[in-house]
Amino acid sequence: MIRAIVRYVDERSGTAPFLKRALRYVFPDHWSFLLGEVALYAFVILVGTGIYLTLFFEPSTAQTYYTGHYLPLRGHQMSVAYRSGVDLSFKVRAGLLMRQTHHWAADVFVAAIVLHMLRIFFTGAYRKPRDLTYYIGLTMLILALLEGYLGYSIVDDLLSGMGLAIGYSVLMSIPFVGGNLAMLLWGGPFPGTSAFESRMYIAHVFLFPILIATLLGLHLFLVAARHHTQFRESRRTTEKKVVGIPTFPGQAPRSLGLFFAVAAVLFLLGGLVQINPIWLWGPYHVAQGTNGAQPDWYLGWLIGALRLVPNFDVTIGHYTLVPNPFWGGALFPLVVFMLLYLAPSLERRFTGEYGFRNVLDRPRDAPWRTALGAALFTWVFVIFFAGASDRIFVSFGVSYEAQIWAFRVLAVVAPFVALLATYRLCLALQESDRLDRIRRRAEAEARGEMPQPE
Amino acid sequence: MRRALAVLVVALALPAAAGAQPGVGVKAKTGKGLYAGYCLSCHGVDGSGVISTSHPKGVLDLRGLGPPLRGVGAQAADFYLTTGYMPLADPHDQPRHTKSPFDKQEIAALVAYVASLGKGPKVPRPQPRLGDLSQGQSLFTEHCAGCHQIVAEGGYVTNAVAPPLHQATPVQIAEAVRIGPYLMPKFPVSQISDAQLNSIIAYVQWAKHPDDPGGWSIGRIGPVPEGLVAWLIGAAALVGCCLLIGRRFQR
Amino acid sequence: MSAFRKWAIAFGVLLLGRKKRQPRVVDRPRIVPPGEPDPRAEWLVLLLLLLAAAAAVGFIVVYSFNHLAHQTQYLGLALGLALAFVAVALIVVGKRLVVTEELEEDYSLPHSTAQEELQQLVDESGDRFTRKRLLLAGGTAAAGAIGAALVVPALSLGPLFDTGALYETPWRRGVRLVDEHGKPLLLDEIERETFYTAYAQGADKELLGAPVVVVRFEPSQLHLPAARRDWAPGGVVAYSKICTHAGCAIALFRKPTFPVVEPGPALICPCHYSTFDPTRAAKVIFGPAGRPLPQLPLAVDANGVLRAAGNFSGPVGPAWSGVRSKPPRNPS
Repeated sequence: MIRAIVRYVDERSGTAPFLKRALRYVFPDHWSFLLGEVALYAFVILVGTGIYLTLFFEPSTAQTYYTGHYLPLRGHQMSVAYRSGVDLSFKVRAGLLMRQTHHWAADVFVAAIVLHMLRIFFTGAYRKPRDLTYYIGLTMLILALLEGYLGYSIVDDLLSGMGLAIGYSVLMSIPFVGGNLAMLLWGGPFPGTSAFESRMYIAHVFLFPILIATLLGLHLFLVAARHHTQFRESRRTTEKKVVGIPTFPGQAPRSLGLFFAVAAVLFLLGGLVQINPIWLWGPYHVAQGTNGAQPDWYLGWLIGALRLVPNFDVTIGHYTLVPNPFWGGALFPLVVFMLLYLAPSLERRFTGEYGFRNVLDRPRDAPWRTALGAALFTWVFVIFFAGASDRIFVSFGVSYEAQIWAFRVLAVVAPFVALLATYRLCLALQESDRLDRIRRRAEAEARGEMPQPE
Repeated sequence: MRRALAVLVVALALPAAAGAQPGVGVKAKTGKGLYAGYCLSCHGVDGSGVISTSHPKGVLDLRGLGPPLRGVGAQAADFYLTTGYMPLADPHDQPRHTKSPFDKQEIAALVAYVASLGKGPKVPRPQPRLGDLSQGQSLFTEHCAGCHQIVAEGGYVTNAVAPPLHQATPVQIAEAVRIGPYLMPKFPVSQISDAQLNSIIAYVQWAKHPDDPGGWSIGRIGPVPEGLVAWLIGAAALVGCCLLIGRRFQR
Repeated sequence: MSAFRKWAIAFGVLLLGRKKRQPRVVDRPRIVPPGEPDPRAEWLVLLLLLLAAAAAVGFIVVYSFNHLAHQTQYLGLALGLALAFVAVALIVVGKRLVVTEELEEDYSLPHSTAQEELQQLVDESGDRFTRKRLLLAGGTAAAGAIGAALVVPALSLGPLFDTGALYETPWRRGVRLVDEHGKPLLLDEIERETFYTAYAQGADKELLGAPVVVVRFEPSQLHLPAARRDWAPGGVVAYSKICTHAGCAIALFRKPTFPVVEPGPALICPCHYSTFDPTRAAKVIFGPAGRPLPQLPLAVDANGVLRAAGNFSGPVGPAWSGVRSKPPRNPS
């Protein structure tokens, strides 16, 4: 029967030689190489559950009154968008499961991308010829952040509405052109024209997914075209030869198994752990606010930055050159991503290595890269952590004002400490590796064996 | 004569006033006696208040600081005592929900004593059963959610905490709304009528146990615990799967 | 034996029977190396797949209920477990039932020949051109202009060049302050030690310029600038409710019971905790806001109703480049 299918497909497409090559394609199989796949499968779940949600969600800011079963909102005025979100949660059977799975998938998607990116960075996988793959990956990360922000904002609940006002303010704060850009995007001053909901919706369900999917396809193609990188673990792995498991039959059940595992974890979370209970927040109104409002985790670094910057606008006479939110909301992420984008070219410049690199470094074997990466990560992480300082105060009693000062100091000091400590750690690990190798060589010689060339 | 009486009362309270903790070694049972032991050093003789530690000095050696209690009525006394906000060891601290050192009779005695210090509001008798949950949600959002968070999980207010309301009884909620304890606004009847207050209390009561159809509620404060779950449960489980499926270093 | 039994037995044998290892027709060497069977793994995989099927059926059963307590949890558990069982089954297949080969392949090298040929192809194709640069300039002009033309309709999204609307608020002299139900605010109803939200009568409540927060103090507690001395009838002040930092609503009011030890009155924003002093024209005393809340001048009419005595002291909402250049105005 397999023969019949293969013959059918090859007669009509001529792809049998390609398929044979593809199915025997070799992939090194270290566990950390699977993190990108986790992100990919989370994206698949996002698209699947997302399509389901679009069949019910109504992206309209027309005003309506709630007449459903949920008592605390009975009779309240709200947008049709919000009401359809509440109805999805309460009236549509399995609707809440799909909504929650979709939202958990978004959180886990970005987490997986970050883990994957850290692996790529700290093993130097972004070096030529894979720097383009890396740039595409970074771009997908930025798109994923925006996509998530748009996704939870289209529901027009109190929490996400407050978040949109902040996004508007950050855009407004861009020197010279901020006000103009904000007016263009929103169609007027916040909350903007009713078409803004349509813009967010179409961006979230169509434009960004198409962009991400296209970049993803390109990303995967480049990974395959250049072959995956590998660690130097045996005599056979070199810059010229890749050693690993073929796609079929070896990798296929593993990858498929991982897909089902990702789907399982996301649906289990979606059913068992409540996320974004929009019915509790209520609909968004410009004159309302709630304490403890936070963006989704992947934007926590921005709320931390916005809270830490001291209160000043940069003005020249009557001209407000740099409103306050610019530093934390726009410049900070710009600098972080700029450094990430520049990493491959900066590394080439400083190490003088312009050739292809197919073998990965263990982080300890590239102490400067690892230390600088740790410093950047520490900088972002400290500021990210500062974003939750109000909840830390409410739950643990540590003074908020003291935390703000502590985090301001840490944000400057901790990256340097991390840099030095990580550099030292790498050298220490290298030293212990060296001693290990000497010991093993001595043992091998004692046993009368030939020493292994390294 | 009055001065001698005051000296006597304060002399009885001196052991307490001398120590940092109010009420150490107090054995009184009457309202006035309890007041002398636990409250006098901050709230002054007859609830006149102590607004400066530099005055008076001398034999009285009052070291606390506290607002006057004349005219606050049974309402305020009942609130501060049943929540354990008072007695407060350090007048510079924020009063917090604690276990009261008093039992019911002692609280009643103190309340009666404070009420006797001047004409003030009685302990309110709210009726949340008559309240409307939907109206309560709007009123709570408008007046309360900014500090206490939309489902009363508490929040930060500059230099203070607005506590979560899980332990607040209907009477305490009604009292707090009318008193405005510590840094909380004081909402008069003209702003929040008694009927509206019933609705607000009905909402707070409901918010203690909402339905949570989505599953484990993880705190009902949104993305902070959600992010923790995404990383410590979701990402951790999936990294675990990767470790299971893939190879590790074989040095 | 009945026909049905014959079919049933045949079906059972087909499913459960073990495949005999048949000798292959050898005309090609093996691609996949041989491996030993693992019957226990096979049974385990079968069990997992059946469990997955059962869980999926469970999902369908739970779904069929019109209303069930904790339905979402059961649905998630059922589907999640079904997927998890399949995941485990596949992992068992991958680790124990499929041969793990370690193969080698070459990393691809730069294709210098093909690269040169591509370069050559493009070069030679341009042989008939004599004015390449001029044509390129023309092409750039055309592409640039067409590109610009295609982008220009995006300007319809909103007023890119005219940010005048950012200065607009619905407040002018005489506009009444009303609560969220439209009832006008009376001066005598405003009490101290609490805070009120008011809107411009007749305006859309969802405009940033519409809501104000109203607080009353003893006149002696207020320290307003000289120019605003008469903006606070009876000690009542009104400020824009929209935070000048990032646009959230100022939903917190701090009122000291015992000012001797407690911090002073403040209007606070819940987003980044910008804190404004209402007795001092909403000066920023904590948090990241770069400018004070705009103040609305108030007046009382003959009926005791609070009305605006003019527009705000400055544009409302978060800052942009022109926030300090012009005063707020009404929509034309």
